[in-house]
Amino acid sequence: MDCLRVNSYRDTMYLQRSLPTRMNEPARPVFRRLYKKHLPAFVFLASCLFASSLWAQDWVKTGTSLGVAKVRLAVPDFKPSSGDPQNTALLKTFNDTLWNDLNVSGVVELVSKSFYPLQVPGTPAEVTFPAWNAPPPNAAMLAFGSLGVSGGKLAVQGWLYDVKNTQSPQILGKQYTDTPGDAAARMMAHRFADEIIYRLGGGLQGIAETQIYFVSDRSGHKEIWAMDYDGSNQRQITHVGSIALSPRVSPDGSRVAFSALTKSGWDIMMFSLDLNKMVSFPHLGGTNLSPAWSGDGTKLAFSSSRAGDPSIFISDATGANLHRMTTGKGPDVSPVWNRKTNAQIAFVSGRTGLPQIYTMEADGTNQQRMTDQGYAVSPNWAPNGQFLAFAWVRKYGPGEPGASDIYLMDIASKQWVQLTHDGGRNDFPSWSPDGRHMVFQSNRSGSLQLWSMLADGSKVQQLTFTGHNSQPNWSWK
Amino acid sequence: MKQTNVKWYALAVVLAAVLTLGGCAKKATPPPPPPPPPAAAPTASISVNPATIQGGQSASLTWQTSNATDVSIDGIGAVQPNGSQSVSPTDSTTYHLTAKGAGGTQEATARLTVTQPPPPPPPPTPNITDEDLFNQQIKDKGDIYFDYDKADIRGDQQSTIQADVAFFNAHPNINFTVEGHCDERGSTEYNLALGDSRASSVKNALTAAGISASRIKTISYGKEKPFCTESNEACWQQNRRGHFVYQK
Repeated sequence: MDCLRVNSYRDTMYLQRSLPTRMNEPARPVFRRLYKKHLPAFVFLASCLFASSLWAQDWVKTGTSLGVAKVRLAVPDFKPSSGDPQNTALLKTFNDTLWNDLNVSGVVELVSKSFYPLQVPGTPAEVTFPAWNAPPPNAAMLAFGSLGVSGGKLAVQGWLYDVKNTQSPQILGKQYTDTPGDAAARMMAHRFADEIIYRLGGGLQGIAETQIYFVSDRSGHKEIWAMDYDGSNQRQITHVGSIALSPRVSPDGSRVAFSALTKSGWDIMMFSLDLNKMVSFPHLGGTNLSPAWSGDGTKLAFSSSRAGDPSIFISDATGANLHRMTTGKGPDVSPVWNRKTNAQIAFVSGRTGLPQIYTMEADGTNQQRMTDQGYAVSPNWAPNGQFLAFAWVRKYGPGEPGASDIYLMDIASKQWVQLTHDGGRNDFPSWSPDGRHMVFQSNRSGSLQLWSMLADGSKVQQLTFTGHNSQPNWSWK
Repeated sequence: MKQTNVKWYALAVVLAAVLTLGGCAKKATPPPPPPPPPAAAPTASISVNPATIQGGQSASLTWQTSNATDVSIDGIGAVQPNGSQSVSPTDSTTYHLTAKGAGGTQEATARLTVTQPPPPPPPPTPNITDEDLFNQQIKDKGDIYFDYDKADIRGDQQSTIQADVAFFNAHPNINFTVEGHCDERGSTEYNLALGDSRASSVKNALTAAGISASRIKTISYGKEKPFCTESNEACWQQNRRGHFVYQK
């Protein structure tokens, strides 16, 4: 696939609102500032809402959506550009994928298709501005284009127009070509969606080409599986034949570390996605669980009972240079690095009874308890380094309902907000690389499945439907 | 002259008598046969060889009779005067031979004793394996149960620990694995770590009581292999345990 042309980036009033600086600069400062500014207010709001039992209607909004009106984007279905009979199926895949990518992105508000004019454009010449930039659609942006198979090649042309700027509307123009096929159509839609999100979402890379690794028992054993971020293209990665758990993909996407039951117990295992086979990792003795990659991919943290109580150990990515980071009574497990700094690790410890979230420096010093009560597990560090997502049963004990929900905590202030409210046991949140999404496991549908949502708890989507699926881990890019 | 006449007269009488008697001979009843000589009494004997068998084996039954016309053995029926036959009764049997003849009746008996086969066909009485003993006395019975989210051995489990120690002390050749299990609540990873702590607690209690650590392996199953799959406290308690498994 090649890029035909990318018009120069143009500021719009919407972009100016969300992007204070140059477009190349990541928007994290915005995210951070908005979040910092509003978090206390929203925590307070949340408390009020809980107290008045109105929480079922008003979710706490965090992160990207705070105070920012989303761009209204119209995305009419792409039109066929040739008469090839394959076009119909490929167009459906492309249009569905593009719509879903943009819909769950959290950076735009998609204008309902029922407001669209009857004549939708497939080329720039067919764009009728008044039909889009005024009510009922009242769109600010228009993404359109065409798809067709011709001469044995699948070609997609797509544009993004600022329809309120009729003089110089084009923000983006892309062309993709590939061998015709469903996977190619889906990939083209992902790439075009990422281009749009990159431009309208404050300069953060989109996630439409990311992967999610997870555990599934649908083969009869718990094995490591992978899928596209939207739940498509699910496929089995490992064939361990016993129990494989806790997949964690390396930052460069080349390896998956996980824990598996072997003849000698639970061992850290390493699967090379490049070689499509297991690669060696030393047998350490004891119960070895929950590997986690440092942000630079050079180190692993994991839990090991090789020296007694399950404790956090750090090693090189090869398993060499093993160091014990925690000591003392009670199991320590589920470490995760601050991938931004590589200088801190969050983990779970049962040293005081029920498991709680702790943080420490990567050398084991300055261990601090983050959660004050209940049963808190499965920490996952946000890409911006400022937040922890985790699973929490805040009130635990006899007579308590015991619902486990996903929470978000600002590490500096220890203020938190609850992100899931829909019942069931929700666990194992994992951030998307853009920090806008999370994937998590939940049994809210009656069986254990994977769901994704925006980091403010909205746009909840079920991703898996077959077997039991758990412990999702979102790729780093 | 007178004497001659008498002679002739006598002769005629005799002649007449002879002729008369001769003429009447065919009509006369034959004389009764001489009574047979007194019949000999029958003889009979019967034997079984061997006289003792185990159930399922057979023995040879042999008999001889003489002067008998009607020979039978109880339970077998009419038989030849002399013969032999293989028998394999399931219970001890007395074979009763009856030989009837003109001279009377003669009886004879033979006793075949059937012993039951020794109960353990291969006599493994001293061969109860360590694994059998383990399965009888430790498997499930010796398991140690835990409180929620706890890995320390609670007071009501101490007697079980002591019984386990006694057993493993008495059977020093038995090596075994302690599996740590947890109930379904909470996270997969934390429960695996907790299960590891539970297995270690049991191991530590045994080694503290003198069981060699080299005999004990530990493994955690967390909540991966529950004994009971319902979502209630009774079931959860079943799943919070240290479970003993024999090491082959």
